[in-house]
Amino acid sequence: MEMKTKVHAENGKQEILITREFDLPLELLFKAYVEPEIVEQWMGTKVLKLENKKHGGYQFETTDPMGNKHGFSGAIHEFTPNKRITRTFEMENANFGAQLEFLEFEKLTDDTSKLVMHVVYRSVEIRDQILQMPFVQGINMAHSKLESVVGKLKA
Amino acid sequence: MNLRRDVFQAIADPTRRAILVLVASQSMTAGAIASNFDTARPTVSKHLQILTECELLRQEQNGREVHYHLNPVKMKEIADFIEPFRKFWDDRFNKLEAIMKQYKTNK
Repeated sequence: MEMKTKVHAENGKQEILITREFDLPLELLFKAYVEPEIVEQWMGTKVLKLENKKHGGYQFETTDPMGNKHGFSGAIHEFTPNKRITRTFEMENANFGAQLEFLEFEKLTDDTSKLVMHVVYRSVEIRDQILQMPFVQGINMAHSKLESVVGKLKA
Repeated sequence: MNLRRDVFQAIADPTRRAILVLVASQSMTAGAIASNFDTARPTVSKHLQILTECELLRQEQNGREVHYHLNPVKMKEIADFIEPFRKFWDDRFNKLEAIMKQYKTNK
């Protein structure tokens, strides 16, 4: 089966490419990045600020299952409707610093569209760490699941 | 750490990726592999050496011939490493797609 979302990460480079084709007209895909209520739904975050314009900024806040709040924010450098968003992105309580994101929106047919996300990190090391995050979290989750199973056995 | 033994370094090269694709379907001798490329034979040998050093390929003596096999365990290691990251974005984008389809029908 062809995978709809592709991640291209070459070793030794401080960038990645995420591509995805959508069964959505270009305008609807772009709208999902623009309307705060829609962003909140698919990103699973609260939108505190979203200024869709050059020199604008955005600020998101998520609450994890433990109730801790995490901030994400950035500045918007280019905003061309149905075409391109260039912005920075930063996890506020992490040591990764800012990353630069080039989002290219493209019409494929009247009903399909494509998004290419080109992300540039400060260093190769930071990129590799961020790439590994879901991998490490997966391991941690498997680990805590195992612990809870073992814990029940003991009880 | 020896950089050449780094698996990710190994698969960053397009010729080496092509070699892996070739060998994935059947084990082959160095000569048979080299005949698929315009590159000089010693260059292909060098690629094979790197792929073998990082355990993506395994050598097997077959009479007088050495055959190269793909090491699926190591290949899976690489695929698994980036897969959770891809899955994270795939889930997110699936959600986006579902929400916008709903949005369209509600309009």
